[in-house]
Amino acid sequence: MSVPSVPPEPTTPSDPAAPDAVASAQPEPLISEDAVNAAVDAALAAIAAATTTAALKRVRSEHAGESSPLSKLNALMRSVPGNQKAAAGKLVGQARGAVTKALTAREDEIGAIEAAARLLAETVDVTAAASAWKAGARHPISLLTERAADVFVAMGWEVAEGPELESEWFNFDGLNFDEDHPARAMQDTFFVEPTDAHLVLRTQTSPVQLRALLSRELPVYVVAPGRVFRTDELDATHTPVFHQIEGIAIDKGLTMANLRGTLDHFVQALFGPEAKVRLRPNYFPFTEPSAELDVWHPTFKDGARWIEWGGCGMVHPNVLRSAGIDPEVYSGFAFGVGVERAVMFRNDVKDMHDMVEGDIRFSQQYGMTI
Amino acid sequence: MRVPLSWLGEFVDLAPGTTPEDVHAALVSVGLEEEDIHRFEVSGPIVVGEVLEFVGEEQSNGKTINWCQVRVAPEGELAADGGPAVHGIICGAHNFAVGDKVVVTLPGASLPGPFPIAARKTYGHVSDGMIASARELGLGDEHDGILLLSSLGIDAPVGTDAIPLLGLDDSAVEINVTPDRGYAFSIRGVAREYSHATGVPFRDPALALTVVAPVTRFPVTIDDQAPIRDRTGATVFVTRVVRGVDPTRPTPAWMIARLGLVGIRSISLVVDVTNYVMFELGQPLHGYDLDKLAGGIIVRRATAGEKFTTLDAVTRTLNIEDLLITDESGPIGLAGVMGGANTEISSETVNVLVEAANFDPVSIARSARRHKLPSEASKRFERGVDPQVAAVAAARVVQLLVELAGGVADNLGSVYNEAPAAQPILLPTGFVSGLIGFAYTGDEVRAALVDVGASLEEADGDLQVTPPSWRPDLTDKWTLAEEVARIVGYDKIPSVLPVAPPGRGLTHTQTLRRTVAQTLAATGHSEVLTYPFVSEQANNLFGVAVVPSQTDTDSTDGAAASAAPVAVPQMKVANPLDGEAPYLRSSILPGMLQIAHRNRSRGLVDVAIYEQGLVFRPVAGVSYGMAVLPAGAARPSTQDEAALNAGIVPQPLLVGVVLIGNDVRHQPGQAAVAAGWQSALAAVQQVALATGVRIEVRQGRHPAMHPGRTAELFVAAPGTAATVSVGFAGELLPAVADDYDLPAVVAVAEINLALVFAQAGVINTVTPIRTMPAATQDLSLVVAASVPAADLRAAVAEGAGDLLESIELVDDYRGAGVEPGQKSLTFALRFRGEERTLTAAEASAARLAGVALAADRFGATLRE
Repeated sequence: MSVPSVPPEPTTPSDPAAPDAVASAQPEPLISEDAVNAAVDAALAAIAAATTTAALKRVRSEHAGESSPLSKLNALMRSVPGNQKAAAGKLVGQARGAVTKALTAREDEIGAIEAAARLLAETVDVTAAASAWKAGARHPISLLTERAADVFVAMGWEVAEGPELESEWFNFDGLNFDEDHPARAMQDTFFVEPTDAHLVLRTQTSPVQLRALLSRELPVYVVAPGRVFRTDELDATHTPVFHQIEGIAIDKGLTMANLRGTLDHFVQALFGPEAKVRLRPNYFPFTEPSAELDVWHPTFKDGARWIEWGGCGMVHPNVLRSAGIDPEVYSGFAFGVGVERAVMFRNDVKDMHDMVEGDIRFSQQYGMTI
Repeated sequence: MRVPLSWLGEFVDLAPGTTPEDVHAALVSVGLEEEDIHRFEVSGPIVVGEVLEFVGEEQSNGKTINWCQVRVAPEGELAADGGPAVHGIICGAHNFAVGDKVVVTLPGASLPGPFPIAARKTYGHVSDGMIASARELGLGDEHDGILLLSSLGIDAPVGTDAIPLLGLDDSAVEINVTPDRGYAFSIRGVAREYSHATGVPFRDPALALTVVAPVTRFPVTIDDQAPIRDRTGATVFVTRVVRGVDPTRPTPAWMIARLGLVGIRSISLVVDVTNYVMFELGQPLHGYDLDKLAGGIIVRRATAGEKFTTLDAVTRTLNIEDLLITDESGPIGLAGVMGGANTEISSETVNVLVEAANFDPVSIARSARRHKLPSEASKRFERGVDPQVAAVAAARVVQLLVELAGGVADNLGSVYNEAPAAQPILLPTGFVSGLIGFAYTGDEVRAALVDVGASLEEADGDLQVTPPSWRPDLTDKWTLAEEVARIVGYDKIPSVLPVAPPGRGLTHTQTLRRTVAQTLAATGHSEVLTYPFVSEQANNLFGVAVVPSQTDTDSTDGAAASAAPVAVPQMKVANPLDGEAPYLRSSILPGMLQIAHRNRSRGLVDVAIYEQGLVFRPVAGVSYGMAVLPAGAARPSTQDEAALNAGIVPQPLLVGVVLIGNDVRHQPGQAAVAAGWQSALAAVQQVALATGVRIEVRQGRHPAMHPGRTAELFVAAPGTAATVSVGFAGELLPAVADDYDLPAVVAVAEINLALVFAQAGVINTVTPIRTMPAATQDLSLVVAASVPAADLRAAVAEGAGDLLESIELVDDYRGAGVEPGQKSLTFALRFRGEERTLTAAEASAARLAGVALAADRFGATLRE
């Protein structure tokens, strides 16, 4: 460090702190540049050598404290002759400034090192975190139902609902199931007592079609997801309580090509852009023409193949009449598909039992998404 | 319906090598869905053999077996298995004689089972093959002895391959026939559909026969005094007589084979012929022993209480809706369902009256259901039989009886045919294209309709379409449109996505329902979907409404109240799958408790589940449903519509939560936290959070629940100061938990979401938040232990007024320094001014105002 040379000044003998070396360095100035430099050099060396906050505190006390050499030199200022005061003051002041600055810098350095060390000491095993949180899950049937509904909602359709314990009128008569028609006996229906009250556990979500047509303004574009019931014993592919998604659109000029277009869009949204739909002639009382709906996708379980998924067709004129709609003016289409079946072939569920038994390990595999 | 390929091939040309799979693929394209394939499952060498000699050998078990020498190849030739021309074979049957021709399965052959044939050592000989019975060959049930070819009227040279000889090389496709296609319950109908699918020409067997009208009238009277739904029970009644039938004649092997493939057992030649023709033409037929008939036939309804013994020897009490075939002696047949024992064809029958009638589908369907007698005949009548095929079918039976049974066609018979002619349907030009969305040409439309058998007339540019007699399902232009689309092919229909008008998205309720589900799942509960079938006891326990706790006298009164059995109004399934659980749930919890138990039994001890679903809550005294439903195909009157809707049992949406085991399991640095009543209440608050509805908690009582650990849940009724009870939460009564094989502590909650959603604001509003510095103070109050913390908290909050921003219960202390029967509740209060920093004095004054109200209301004192 460069310290400007100043004339030496005599030390005051009355200063008890004056080192002998300085006192005896006559006729050296009272505050010699060498002495200052030596004190600074000693201070800087000590600061650099300090590695802990505690050590640095001691260094501060020894080299910048009241009894430090620099303070003692500073104390001699009183005795410095007037004409030398400015130079001596500058010399000592700069020296003290340099030491203080070094102390601060070192203090920051040591603080950072010590903070880093403290954090390292706090190291945990992140793979052994305790959790006050537990895993929950949605049921895949609910998730796929919501997803399917969302496809239609995005197209401007609305979601309709209806009761599970339903009047036979909505489940059968209004849907063109004649009371003596074999199709009525074909559906394995749960009846409730007394049976002459004509209440059944709905065998399909189609009654919601009628309810929607009776309660809404035309045109109607709705989907009706829900639980349905048939007297099938539970086995690997059947369950007496299962879920369907029904869709119905009634408007002027709707065609079977519109049905296919809707189904194409639906299966591609649900299964992937490569999904395809095939319609096969079939019979349902509530549609004419009627079709069986097959769906194909390369990633279905057991490989790319056609899978029978549901029924569809143009809404039967008698169904429209049941809702007071003139079939000469309006037409429309309807379709119904099974949710369990879709989960089976889309998500590779091999046994219906898994979907009805409520084993939490099953749903937890899906978590919150399907 | 099963269709033997050889039979199908009589009416359409099947390309050589056509497999059952090919036929399935063709039929499915026109709407006849594949079900199965049936084969005889036999493979050769199976040959005609002649018994040369046999020796009876008595065995130690008393049975005699025969050691037979059977010629299986002409002299000097090797047998089909490469062995000698004469095989030694052990045979246990005794119904044969030297010189009889039999069916020999040689080593290497295989019979249904599969049952492989090999030379094997038995009864001290090497039996080099087997002499087969009819049943072993899959040709029927006959197992009283071996099959003698003479019994089938066959005499073929020794060594002849028996498989084609017996028709065992045939196979049948099984298809599912939808209820609108009754005509496809015949080979004739399926052949026509095969022609539609493949384009090969169809040869209609109904046109191949010359129908000769009987000369002498057999008296037949149709006397239906009580038509069902205004439809006469019989519209066609054809009878023909064949005399001199030889009852000893066997049914030919090819007929037995074909009947076997369609699923019909061979009974006797006459019966087999009527069954055969039914499958061929779709016309159910009945043969009567003419000599057992007394006078002419009268078709009438049964009288009340009338009795009749059917072919199966069951005496049935008839209903006045049952249609009967009668003669002077009384009933001789339950029309279209089953004949009578009294006029049955027997082994002595030589003169046969054949009946080919057309009965009303509804009448037959009801009788078959009523008497639980579904038959091949009733199945066809229910779906509609071609009324014009009756005379053809009768003629075909006559032809076969003459040909095969040595009978003589008699000129006695009857032809009653009052079947209404099919009415033409107007098909406007462009209708089919407009409905299907594909531009069919006029030629395509006409060709398709002609193809299915309709006759067409042009009418002012439109078409008048008269459907064929076998298609009663073609009733309007929509059904014709389906035929055109089907015949041209559904694969031609293009894909055009329609544009719906703008929608409003999910309803508020639908969104809330999802949010509740997501929230419960996100807070550690797994969703389950349980069956809604429960026992009456479960409903009577869980379907009871929660009531407020009665405080002091609670312990005695409450126990007495919960011990009394309560009959909860509930709906019973008339035809349950599980007789133990025939009722519809009025609570969502019983099914969930079973699920919790199932998880536990699989070793999952910490279980938290939830379910959203409908429950069934009839109101006592209300009768639901509707006795006489309005007709379909017309909008119900306003009154009927209201009655239909009023007849629906209330089915509110509930959410249930069940927790067992630990909420938080034991982990490093984390003690286990057991699930309990607080977990149930936490779930309740998660539902509250999800719906934005404040759910209030009060001490409650429920017969299924722990008497001291049950909360009744309330929400504020809109626009009033009143609250609505929406459910309960807490811990199950330990005894109830034990009934479900669950641990003593089971936390449950059940909330009526329908009621909660009704209170949920569609638009949530908020008050502005204050940004001035807050003043926080603690407050400890001593009150009687019975005072609910929530009530004390509410009093403090009300007293403290607007400056109080937040009040949280932080401690409940009982013990030293607090009198027995008292408790000290500590609340953390946070005060904040609206526009400026509060002074300490202002905050203290508000706090003391809260204390004052708490003191006033509950005698609370400050604990300093």
